[in-house]
Amino acid sequence: MNGPGKMALYVALVIAAFLIPLVPVLQPYLIQFAFLWVMILFAMTWDVLGGQMGYNSFGNIVFFGVGMYATAVVQRDLYFTVEEYANVAGGDQAVLTPVEYLTGLGLGMGSGALLAVVIAAVLGSGILGLRGHYFAICTLGLGIAAGELASGWDYIGAGSGLVTPLLPDALGERGPFFYYLFLVLAVIAFAVLKRLYAGQFGLAINAIRDDEDKADALGLHATRYKTVAWCVSGFFLALTGGAFGNLVIFIDPTDVAFAGPTFGVWMVLMAILGGKGTLWGPVIGATVFHITQEIFWTYLFGWQRVALGLMIVVVVVFFPLGIVGWLRERWPQRFGEVVDEGARRVQVSLDGER
Amino acid sequence: MSAILEVENVTKTFGGVIANNSISLSVPKGSIIGLIGPNGSGKTTLFNSIVGHHPIDSGAVRFQGTELSRLRTPQIARLGLLRTYQQTRIFGKMNCVQNMQISLPHVDDSFATMLRKFPPEITERAESLLEFVGLYAKRQLRAEDLSFGQQKLLEFAMALMNEPITLLLDEPTAGINPTLINGLIDRLKRANAEFGITLFVIEHNMRVIMNLAQHIYCLAHGELLADGTPDEIQNDRRVIDAYLGAH
Amino acid sequence: MGNLEILLQAPIFSVQLLIDGLLVGSIFALAAYGMALLWGVMNIINISQGDYVILGGYVTLTLYNAGIHPLFGVPVAALVLFIVGWAIYRAVIFRVVDRDLFISILATFGISILLQQLMDQIFGADIQSAESGLGQIFLFDSQVTVSQIKLVAFAVVVVVGVALVLFFKKSRMGQAIRATAQNARAARLMGINTDRVYAMTFALNAALCGAAGALVVMTWVIQPFIGLAYTIRSFMIVVVAGLGNIAAVVAAALGLGAAEQFAAFLLGAEFQIGFVFGLLVVILLVRNMFLKRQRQVLK
Repeated sequence: MNGPGKMALYVALVIAAFLIPLVPVLQPYLIQFAFLWVMILFAMTWDVLGGQMGYNSFGNIVFFGVGMYATAVVQRDLYFTVEEYANVAGGDQAVLTPVEYLTGLGLGMGSGALLAVVIAAVLGSGILGLRGHYFAICTLGLGIAAGELASGWDYIGAGSGLVTPLLPDALGERGPFFYYLFLVLAVIAFAVLKRLYAGQFGLAINAIRDDEDKADALGLHATRYKTVAWCVSGFFLALTGGAFGNLVIFIDPTDVAFAGPTFGVWMVLMAILGGKGTLWGPVIGATVFHITQEIFWTYLFGWQRVALGLMIVVVVVFFPLGIVGWLRERWPQRFGEVVDEGARRVQVSLDGER
Repeated sequence: MSAILEVENVTKTFGGVIANNSISLSVPKGSIIGLIGPNGSGKTTLFNSIVGHHPIDSGAVRFQGTELSRLRTPQIARLGLLRTYQQTRIFGKMNCVQNMQISLPHVDDSFATMLRKFPPEITERAESLLEFVGLYAKRQLRAEDLSFGQQKLLEFAMALMNEPITLLLDEPTAGINPTLINGLIDRLKRANAEFGITLFVIEHNMRVIMNLAQHIYCLAHGELLADGTPDEIQNDRRVIDAYLGAH
Repeated sequence: MGNLEILLQAPIFSVQLLIDGLLVGSIFALAAYGMALLWGVMNIINISQGDYVILGGYVTLTLYNAGIHPLFGVPVAALVLFIVGWAIYRAVIFRVVDRDLFISILATFGISILLQQLMDQIFGADIQSAESGLGQIFLFDSQVTVSQIKLVAFAVVVVVGVALVLFFKKSRMGQAIRATAQNARAARLMGINTDRVYAMTFALNAALCGAAGALVVMTWVIQPFIGLAYTIRSFMIVVVAGLGNIAAVVAAALGLGAAEQFAAFLLGAEFQIGFVFGLLVVILLVRNMFLKRQRQVLK
């Protein structure tokens, strides 16, 4: 497909996504759709490192949790003292005016994202020096350690969790509000990543994936690229987490915020299912996974998690290329891998600057 | 001619094995220098020591007056000292043009250049260099789908893209179709003459190295055995013995 | 940190913690040695390692609930897990042996989740343990107590360790495993059926974990979802000790056991798991820092 055609397709898709809440049949499912955008954000942000850079992280969930807690804490501390809040949250939920709610949410998500970037930069400078399975297992440890830490820290509610303020009535129903919030986030994240992958950043992290030692030997600032990649990933995950806390209202440290065995693994699975290291793979993978999962939850009550473990094994062992990766392997020409025989160029001067 | 790269008494051991024993040599600016020796004589180890793949036990490596033995590989590469590998290393899942684009010099990578799109002149230069090594028609293929010889050529082109001052080539003709070897020698010489890149070449093919280098060093058992012009080396008794295993 | 003062004022507590830690650590050594075995022979990092431990615990618990003394659980759990390991190898692992490392990590992660959920469905999510009925030994005027079952567990580990060393030195299968670890291709050329060797290695590893699990359920507690902590402990021990050196593995395991007991006492028991995972991050970073001085990285 050529440039303008592609552009038209993107615009059409986005417009269609924005119109979904207006279709009466779909209106009861808006929360499920909001979850779908969250899943897509999970898979896309995981793929920055896991797919494009070859650093398979099991610890990205840390940024999700950090964003969630930071947002909730800002929302709480902006308008309440901790004791007041505990009382209010115990019975009713905190009631805020729309302006208060939006200010808290915005400031909270902003500071959460900032905090996540700082954490990614600091941790990244050390952890991103590890390669291969050492990196994978170190990040696994990181994710679980973060959850354990949050479960013991009283300021953020420790093991009993934290409650976020309710969406004020003036802002409408929960469904459409969070549907649009996550949709906008997902669209922005997709656009930013698409732009980044198309330039020097994208090729640099691809080069690190294919052969980091060679990239080093070419003088690439690998550490810098790796850290920026983790920061980008952490930034969007923290924003997602901040909004997600408000969507689910109750933040449990290990089951919601730092939910390594569920969200943390799903991100990996979704990206692989769709095709890791591709632009559309994570989006497609997340969509397929979300639908499958809803079916599991509906028809396999009690055994859905068993089925999920089985699904991971099957996908990884039998379908490691993923949907888009498989298509690419099958029809490489459709992805621009062509020989144009006979193409000859006029020899131009090759003088380097030095 | 002044020396651009100086190796002084470099020693490198792996456990008890002495891979390089007090090697000293110098590469003059603008020259093509050869490095030969039987298998296991420590040639690649010396390359690894020069570009910082591992620490050296003692000695000094200087490039344009800068001491390299404490620097790390990317820093050395950014000084303009680059190497290629015997077991060709390219970015397999990326196509040839992308391989070339990302090989551009990384001397002044700021935050802005990291996040930019490639300006047309970089793509232009990448494609010109692909044409230079005869890979232009295959520029959209993934590098891993190329034949071994073509990958070798791609790696050479990537090295040129990086605009090195000095290039260390580890067996550039190994695995390349004999009919292409003459063309490659010609390109190496042009890279040296037209772009002014100093070349330091490990080579097993005697015809190639005698044809290419102005001065040759010979290693055996980790020691510097002899050095001289191609003619001197060809007639050196010790070199012949080393290759035939008479000791 | 209030507990630090207790330690300083009553040093005898340190002895108590140390003994408990060393005895617990000896159990970690079993699972860790299994992980080193898999890593060295098959180049696989098995995330489901800890879940075999827990599964071994549940096998023992089942015997115990049927009125059999849990010490019989050690051989039975080892046998059951040997069969489970063999089956898992035949079903999944043989497909990922020669592939990208991450594929095997993720595949075993999937197996881990699968086993956890199955155990949760079958045995329930409660914390459980099996009472051995053995008493306590009192030392230093009863200031230090050591439960006899922990000493028995320690003895079991020693016996299993000696048996392993003999197995690898003397038996044909043991030698074939060592040969495959050094060079699988050469081993194949020499007529060794490496597929069988791999199956045997994987099953043997599961059996070791099963035995460890039987000891865990008698000396400590089990729960379907705490397997990952044993995986991480094993990984950490192997990273510190290196592959294929049983003495170093035991030393590192004992050290980790002791460190955990002290950390749990000083930070509070609720941070013990957090400590294990945090320690992993620290150990990896420190190792990498030292390697960087050598112009190398952990990979």
